[in-house]
Amino acid sequence: MTRTSAPAQTPAPGVWEELVTAALLGTDRRTPPGIPPGPRAPAALLDAAAAETVRRRAGLRPARAARRPDPAPVDPRPALPAAAARRLAMLLADRSGTAGGGRRGTAPDLKELLPQWLAMANARGFVAPPQALPALLDAARGRTDLRPAALAFAGPRALWLARLNPDWRFVLRAMPGGDAALPRPGDTERVRELWRHGLFAERVALLTAVRAHDPAAARELLAGTWPAERAEDRLMFLDSLRTGLGPDDEPFLEQALTDRSRNVRATAAELLSALPGSALAGRMAARAAVCVAVDHTGDGPRLVVEAPHECDAGMERDGVVARAPAGRGERSWWFGQLAEAAPLATWPARLGGRTPREILALPVADDWRSELHAAWCRAAVRQRDAEWARALLGSPSSPEAGGPGAVSLAERARLLATLDSGERAVWVAGFIAAHGLSEAFQLLGVCAVPWAAPLGRAVVDALNIARDAGSYPWSFSGVMGLAERCLDPSEAGRLDGLLAAPEEAEDASPGAGGYWAEAFQRLVTTLRLRAVMAEELGGTPEAGAGEPGAADPGPATRGAGPA
Amino acid sequence: MTQQGVRWTADQVLALAPDAASRSAGGRLGAAGPWSGTGTGEGAVWGLCKDSGGEPYRTVVDVADASAPAFACSCPSRTAPCGHVLGLLLLWSGGEVPAAPDPAPDWVGEWRAGSAVREGTVEGAGSAPGPAAPEAARRRAERRAARITAGATELEQRLADLLRAGLATAEQQGYGLWEETAARMVDAQAPGLAARVRELGAIPASGPGWPVRLLEECALLHLLDQGWLRRERLPDGLAATVRSRIGLPAPADGPPVRDHWLVLAQHDAPDPRLTTRRIWLYGTATHRTALLLSYGAAGRAPDLSLPVGLALDAEVSAYPGAGRLRGALGEQFAPPGPASARPPGVTTRQAAARYGEALREDPWLDAVPVTLGRVVPVPDGDSWQLADADEDTALPLAPAARSRPGLWRLVALSGGAPVTVFGECGHQGFTPLTAWPQGEGEAVPLH
Repeated sequence: MTRTSAPAQTPAPGVWEELVTAALLGTDRRTPPGIPPGPRAPAALLDAAAAETVRRRAGLRPARAARRPDPAPVDPRPALPAAAARRLAMLLADRSGTAGGGRRGTAPDLKELLPQWLAMANARGFVAPPQALPALLDAARGRTDLRPAALAFAGPRALWLARLNPDWRFVLRAMPGGDAALPRPGDTERVRELWRHGLFAERVALLTAVRAHDPAAARELLAGTWPAERAEDRLMFLDSLRTGLGPDDEPFLEQALTDRSRNVRATAAELLSALPGSALAGRMAARAAVCVAVDHTGDGPRLVVEAPHECDAGMERDGVVARAPAGRGERSWWFGQLAEAAPLATWPARLGGRTPREILALPVADDWRSELHAAWCRAAVRQRDAEWARALLGSPSSPEAGGPGAVSLAERARLLATLDSGERAVWVAGFIAAHGLSEAFQLLGVCAVPWAAPLGRAVVDALNIARDAGSYPWSFSGVMGLAERCLDPSEAGRLDGLLAAPEEAEDASPGAGGYWAEAFQRLVTTLRLRAVMAEELGGTPEAGAGEPGAADPGPATRGAGPA
Repeated sequence: MTQQGVRWTADQVLALAPDAASRSAGGRLGAAGPWSGTGTGEGAVWGLCKDSGGEPYRTVVDVADASAPAFACSCPSRTAPCGHVLGLLLLWSGGEVPAAPDPAPDWVGEWRAGSAVREGTVEGAGSAPGPAAPEAARRRAERRAARITAGATELEQRLADLLRAGLATAEQQGYGLWEETAARMVDAQAPGLAARVRELGAIPASGPGWPVRLLEECALLHLLDQGWLRRERLPDGLAATVRSRIGLPAPADGPPVRDHWLVLAQHDAPDPRLTTRRIWLYGTATHRTALLLSYGAAGRAPDLSLPVGLALDAEVSAYPGAGRLRGALGEQFAPPGPASARPPGVTTRQAAARYGEALREDPWLDAVPVTLGRVVPVPDGDSWQLADADEDTALPLAPAARSRPGLWRLVALSGGAPVTVFGECGHQGFTPLTAWPQGEGEAVPLH
């Protein structure tokens, strides 16, 4: 029975039950009291049941209220302007719409604009309209790339809502304080209490929250219970020290180098090597330095590498993994790890006072060049050393930059992430001008949005060249999609000349011109729409939405963040 | 109409969409990119839409009357309005369609001339016959009444047979028996009886408690049969209710009531053959609630569209029958516009009482329209209820309302705090249709 409201008090209890029983069995077998058996019995039963049904319905009263949920916390952020709220509803409504096949036509792809819209709304500090939360959470459930921005926008009410609907359980894991009401980091008493008795997930969340607020307090919390923690828990806890890593953490990490667990030791060593002033970094510097020297015996100076002959206990204690993966020589494996963990400042001093650029320009004997340069790349990324990164990247127009040089494109993307956004954009613009678009996708992914003017211009020029070369636009659909999301909307006017279908050249692919015109039209339409979106959110277009685009290949996101 | 109405809101436009797919298609096309030659004037909006190569589609919408827009598009889509119509209207609602200084292009004029010819269609099949042949009409009505009487008598016999053998046999007999009986009621020109009979067939498969529900519905069907067979002896009001429940058409003969009608809810019940749109209105001056029904053939949105939250200055006439809730929209004195008014709310106790009272006039009534003031959605086991903020009482949500996405919009809107909720309250529970947040805030459709 679906109804839960109680019928009004029944003057003759059991009348209805009698009617139901008789109806189930049939009047040939049973008639309720007051109805004589016979041919009129069914009608009499229906008469009585009709009166009883209407009486029961007319007498319905409300049920008792169940236990109410605690109200959602108040979110003090200002509400969206009406036009922006409507735009959000439209962006969210589109997410299931464009399933069919590849993207064609000139209309913007709304669901690709949702991440940007969220970034802008977050930058301007708006609160999500409560009634939009279900659609927002459904969208975030389907797209992990959307989650951080969507949940930041959704705010504490989303957490409140997710506790009521198992479909949104991911929110509880993804949001700080999701699994329980976390104490405020400053509330020492309750923090200690939860740290001592909480579930593992609660403790990780707690440690992360405290670390973001007060790095030393988090470290002390962890040190207090360290020996009693299980190995896999220790690994997770240690990982939380990446946030706000600093010289004060060294003694604790140094102690973790003697841990029973190999993974814990490796993680501690990795964190220590990201602190160029640490003792471990010094020991690694000493070990690495003896392996590399300048050799003056030939025509000019060159670098010679003498890889270690053994992996001793000290090296292992400092996190060097002794066993090489299949297919790699042991000695080069050990050497790579030493060079990666040694502070980069070691090298100019060791190699005759040369600058990074001069060091990298030296020839390297016996095919050690790619091994050595690759280790320095990893070191530059880990230590966030812009000078070395710049030197390793070299000139964007050099032939090696586009080919399979010592440094792969993925490594270049990670190196670029250590430079400031303006320098990054200029380098990638230079790369595209020299090498075209086919290799540029990964590099574009680490550039700040909206693209700086020189970068945007380089991309549009390269697309124009690709069109003139007679290929089809879908060979460039990845870059085209990025351009729709990342090009500065103020560049839309610059594209006007590309909107018309050009005359077909003889050697061009059939119909390509029309498709290009269509692709450029979609680009311009999308840019205009983005400008409108920004205006609706009340501000200059794109201000504050400077994070890399959704296609971010994820360069070194786990590296030690800025302290 | 020559007057250039106000631009519609995007909500108004999207409410025209027959389904989610065309809504999102419209959203994609609602940007300047694919459009050329757009313009607006003389109550129309037009433009050319280049979608994927080939000739651009010609799209034109007559926007003079927001409640019944007429439109045409040369695209091959079979949904109406298609994505191009919606996209063009969105573009227009965003202020991106220029007012045309010149007359509209020829093709726009041609279409409008054609549509003017088509205008003036009557409201559905059951309208009253003209006065030309009153005698013939009377004879037709008598013949029909006789057929319904025969049908009702036969149905009484079937119900008696069922009760004699016991409801338990209904489970074994399955759906076929009821389908056949329903077909007999269609032959008897009693569509109201046919629909009820068809619903009976589904009850034995509807889960625990089905014998109780089957007995209730059999008893109410029996009551309706008996009401028809003795309609001469019923009071006028109840007789009119019986006729309308049986399915006899009658014109909306109530006096036209002019008011500022607030649109409380609009929702569609889709069916493969016919979409039924229910629109609830609330008269801010008369405090009357009226239900407008409008229908669309398969895949087409019903003609009438009144987005929630707007209000219109118009006349509504009531159809005969109990409560006189169903109405027909008469003259509209201005296009619908935004409104901040809200209907006054009642407690859950008052809502339940209101349903009980309404049953006195119409015992077949499943639910009444009610606005609950200050209620909180509260989880209750597997289900939900709306609990009074200031009392310890609550109405359970109707089973169909538990699984709808609208439930979560309602819960999110409330956040544990009191909200105002309009919906239908009956023996199955409460079906929320629209909610308003505490304090300021627009109406949020839940359907």
